[in-house]
Amino acid sequence: MPNGSNIKVKTLKIDGKDVSAREDQTILDVCKENGVFIPTLCHLEGLSNIGACRLCMVEVEGSKKLFPSCTTAITEGMSVITQTDRLKHYRKMILELIFAERNHTCSVCVSNSHCDLQYLGQKMGIDHVRVPYRFPKQSVDASHPYFQLDHNRCILCTRCVRVCEEIEGAHVWDVSGRGINAKVITDLNQPWGTSETCTTCGKCVNVCPTGALSDKGRSVAEMTKRREFVALLANRRKEKV
Amino acid sequence: MKVKIATVWLDGCSGCHMSFLDMDERILSIADKIELVYSPLVDHKTFPDMVDVTIVEGAVASTDDLAKIKKIRAHSKILIALGDCAVNANVPSMRNPIPVDEIINRAYVENALINKDMPVHPALPPLLKRVMPVHEVVKVDLFIQGCPPKNDTIFFAIAELLEGRVPDLTTMTRFGA
Amino acid sequence: MTHEELLLIKKLELEEQAHHKKCLKVCVAAGCVSQNSEQVKESLEKELKSRRLEDEYHVKGVGCLGLCAAGPLVAIDEDKRMLKEINPEDAVHVVDQLKKPGTSKKECPTSMPFFQRQQKIVLENCGKIDPERIEEYIAVDGYEGLYKVLHDMNPNEVVQELIASGLRGRGGGGYPTGLKWSTVAKTQSVKKYVICNADEGDPGAFMDRAVLESDPHRILEGMAIAAYAIGADEGFIYVRAEYPLAIKRLKNAIKQAERKGLLGTNIFGTPFSFSISIRLGAGAFVCGEETALIASIEGGRGTPRPRPPYPAESGLWGKPTLINNVETLANIAPIIRKGADWYSSIGTETSKGTKVFALAGQIENTGLIEVPMGITLRDIIFEIGGGIPNGKAFKAVQTGGPSGGCIPADHLDTAVDYESLTRLGSIMGSGGMILIDETSDMVEVARYFMEFCMSESCGKCVPCRVGTAQIYDLLSKISGGEAVDQDLSLLEDLCDVVKNTSLCGLGQSAPNPVLSTLKYFRKEYLTKIQQPEAAH
Repeated sequence: MPNGSNIKVKTLKIDGKDVSAREDQTILDVCKENGVFIPTLCHLEGLSNIGACRLCMVEVEGSKKLFPSCTTAITEGMSVITQTDRLKHYRKMILELIFAERNHTCSVCVSNSHCDLQYLGQKMGIDHVRVPYRFPKQSVDASHPYFQLDHNRCILCTRCVRVCEEIEGAHVWDVSGRGINAKVITDLNQPWGTSETCTTCGKCVNVCPTGALSDKGRSVAEMTKRREFVALLANRRKEKV
Repeated sequence: MKVKIATVWLDGCSGCHMSFLDMDERILSIADKIELVYSPLVDHKTFPDMVDVTIVEGAVASTDDLAKIKKIRAHSKILIALGDCAVNANVPSMRNPIPVDEIINRAYVENALINKDMPVHPALPPLLKRVMPVHEVVKVDLFIQGCPPKNDTIFFAIAELLEGRVPDLTTMTRFGA
Repeated sequence: MTHEELLLIKKLELEEQAHHKKCLKVCVAAGCVSQNSEQVKESLEKELKSRRLEDEYHVKGVGCLGLCAAGPLVAIDEDKRMLKEINPEDAVHVVDQLKKPGTSKKECPTSMPFFQRQQKIVLENCGKIDPERIEEYIAVDGYEGLYKVLHDMNPNEVVQELIASGLRGRGGGGYPTGLKWSTVAKTQSVKKYVICNADEGDPGAFMDRAVLESDPHRILEGMAIAAYAIGADEGFIYVRAEYPLAIKRLKNAIKQAERKGLLGTNIFGTPFSFSISIRLGAGAFVCGEETALIASIEGGRGTPRPRPPYPAESGLWGKPTLINNVETLANIAPIIRKGADWYSSIGTETSKGTKVFALAGQIENTGLIEVPMGITLRDIIFEIGGGIPNGKAFKAVQTGGPSGGCIPADHLDTAVDYESLTRLGSIMGSGGMILIDETSDMVEVARYFMEFCMSESCGKCVPCRVGTAQIYDLLSKISGGEAVDQDLSLLEDLCDVVKNTSLCGLGQSAPNPVLSTLKYFRKEYLTKIQQPEAAH
């Protein structure tokens, strides 16, 4: 913790319960610390927060607006509400929008049963998707000798983009295109296998929440992921500074 | 009076029906409460006038599926989408990003070793432009995900319905289970 | 540059202008330029020269004359008369009738409400001065405001003046400008930035483009005053590359201001230094959003980030940054010159001053107007705008661009200000007004705007990226007569999610055109769903 002595401690309420927190913590940090479950997809401990998936939105008493808990800093006396019918409704719809966006055929996915999206779908009680599936034509990039990228499963959380830039320092990944046509790319939209910047460290594969990035040669449901290393590395570096 | 149950098989692999049969001897415990009035597992040729519960396996992929499911809905009090194909079109829908002609051509002409010919026969129902989950076509009352859903899940769902309760399956199954 | 030098430039310029007793002003803003007005200017010059009238009449290119529908426009007799639809071949005719006023078939009556009912502050120099000559701007008291703040006021007094004026952001949000300035002014940082948001992107809106093309120095002066007030020494104008003429005139204006010492170091002999650079945007609508605009200037992908922290606290390269829209900045110099009391005497209780609107769509007088806040929609559309052409009936007016909504005939007598438009389910926005007549299909209108938002979504957050696409598909389904009753509730559900959970203003306001048409024209949706055959 940098300049530990200068950081003030504040008190606030999470779902009516009094909790204390450092002033540099986000609502999500404090909820996690206190065992309050908030669904997240783009967030991953150790990476920067971008507030993109909108699943972690919470209500704050006194405001009609919703706040993404991963990027909202706590303030003294704030009263956070994490579970309401309204939030549940929004979170479900957002998950359904993701499921319908591309081709998440769980039953034949390498990450079946090791997937954050699938897990959240179950946790949020989604038994079917109300909006029509879009079925876009997406490609697979299997040009890398060890890994593969399946755009059908990508949810554009950009964990791969961030881990590659922030932890590995290679910045192989980026996003190209706009809106519904956005997609992750390697280098300047060249096949991954031809990338001169990729160090083949595999961090992107491990942080990917779904089966979009996987080790080659895994069959259905075999692709497990290790994510803890990101937080570990991020924390080690902080301590060193 | 026994509860009339039907099961239907649209575009799917029959795995859900297999899983249904995997209830094994537990079927006996509910057998005196139900009557299987229409199913690939029994020999009735026409769908009855009114069925209490219809369990649908598979997605809606052809004009035949479409006509069937509309008729079935009209003659069923409760309609259950059983398994991922019925719930989210699953594997059958993997053809959706590709035009129908292209995909049939690939299967029956490009990759065929003999009789390279497009399958045309009056008895063959044309494929729909895209495969749909059942609820995109008709109202569905209960969704049981899974590929296939476990026999325990199916048994629990039926047992709960027979008790007049709406089964909560959220912890028992999920997409791809 | 000293004040005396500034006054001298003004004096010389006024003398020069007096020398040419009469002036033919040819509009050289984009609307008229696209109709060959530059050639009109050349052929007029040639014609006058051939008749040896060049000393008596002077031809000058000026900014937007307002009535774009009738361009190219030429103003004569000190703007008392105007000729419309002048082609380069009309030069002989124009010169012929100079001495015989009222004889031209191309007479554009300046007595009509379009010209008479306007009140010009932002556009006061548009159509009057040559946008490519700094001397002309100085001759109409240009840079006097900057001199005044540097010489007579401390930064806090400038901020207080702005607060007192009641000016609110003209880019869309309507946030009080003075409050924004005071927030940035209070931050502790040796480095701060001023950004002019010239990323005007609403379909049918061209207010900012006209100001930049017609009076670029006004923006530079506004930025410099802002920089002084908040303690910045560097500014950026973020302008879309689709505005080449605006860019050309801005570049020219910056160069001229630098040469005259009105930008650069120690302006007017004070310690205040300020420089301005131009950054070209690639035309992404989302880059009008403050944080996306900043990301784009920094060289990154133009995507927004959650606020707070607001740019006022952590903006460009992490430094406190003031971002104001073109029209907002265009109001600054007059407010400083004439005072907050004068400005706040115009407009309504909550919305002070004037507003520039771009009239487009099915309206007689397509063009640019400036009116005091509080004027009714009816006056804007039927008086100034001349009503709906071809004898068609008015159906709705779409205000605020893709973030706005459609207002039906029942509300035509609404006095226009920020609050009243919001209450009607629309917004002031940047000032685009698109007129819709009885022949238009409101579901199609909503679908058009949703297609715009869908393709302009940056793709960062889920509700905007996927939600807008799903809403668009649903609207297409309704339009195509393939929808069922439940689709309407799904549509409302999706609008609710996109509105309340999207990351930035683009997504949060994207459902507005759908929601407002559902509110006022629900019957059209229902007809398409329940009687699809009747809809075709």
